[in-house]
Amino acid sequence: MKNDLLFDFIVDKSTKTVFVKKEFDADLELVWDAFTTKEILDQWWAPKPYTSKTKVMDFRVGGRRFFAMVTPEGQERWLLQKYTSISPKTNFKYFNAFADADENPELPGSDWDYNFTEQNGTTTVIITIYNESLERMERQIENGFKQGFTATLNYLDELLTTLSKK
Amino acid sequence: MRRDIFQAIADPTRRAIITLIALQAMTPNAIAENFNTTRQSVSKHLRILTECELVKQEQYGREIYYSLELKKMKEIDKWISQFRKIWEARFSQLDEVLQTMKKQKK
Repeated sequence: MKNDLLFDFIVDKSTKTVFVKKEFDADLELVWDAFTTKEILDQWWAPKPYTSKTKVMDFRVGGRRFFAMVTPEGQERWLLQKYTSISPKTNFKYFNAFADADENPELPGSDWDYNFTEQNGTTTVIITIYNESLERMERQIENGFKQGFTATLNYLDELLTTLSKK
Repeated sequence: MRRDIFQAIADPTRRAIITLIALQAMTPNAIAENFNTTRQSVSKHLRILTECELVKQEQYGREIYYSLELKKMKEIDKWISQFRKIWEARFSQLDEVLQTMKKQKK
């Protein structure tokens, strides 16, 4: 990540809410596309060595994104995101839940709220995630991520080394 | 009933107790003086914190002192930083994707 671009991450356990704030060195249109287009989402949503594989994405209110986080061994962890509100290039919301391979959600899930603003070519995205249960938040980490996590960190280190060489 | 550290810090009074005893070990009475609730209510919170192993009790003479179990607090930190790192990794990938998209647009 570029150091001059802001990244905030706050977990508020009392309200079961996670706030994520990130600035991007790109205009609003591009950033909006990156968050709302299946082909682009699959390029970055899963931290390496995981990959994101979107099976269905229908970006409209009432529509859904049904996708899997895939481990390097090929194991799939399915997730279902149902769009509940969309204001183009400003805001969108969805209900997120783990699911089985047949799109049956495993409740409880979480409510995600994305806000987009642009100033002088820098786009800020604010994500608010409300979890129905803290246990689920924990599970989010446990499920799928824990094993591959060392690998993700190694990847980050690698990336940072490459970047610092430039 | 299984207790865990996240249950311990889910309550505002318990978070305040943690902040208090992080500075120094205290007796239940001294802790209760800082709150507008009953001594019983503070005892209940201390019991939950003890069950979650976030605080430990030590006897000095006739008094019991409560202090913070720092090792356990670190578990919370560790959990949050794992979550944070996922987002960091994700966003560093998105930064790269956006740079590529910008170049393609030109």
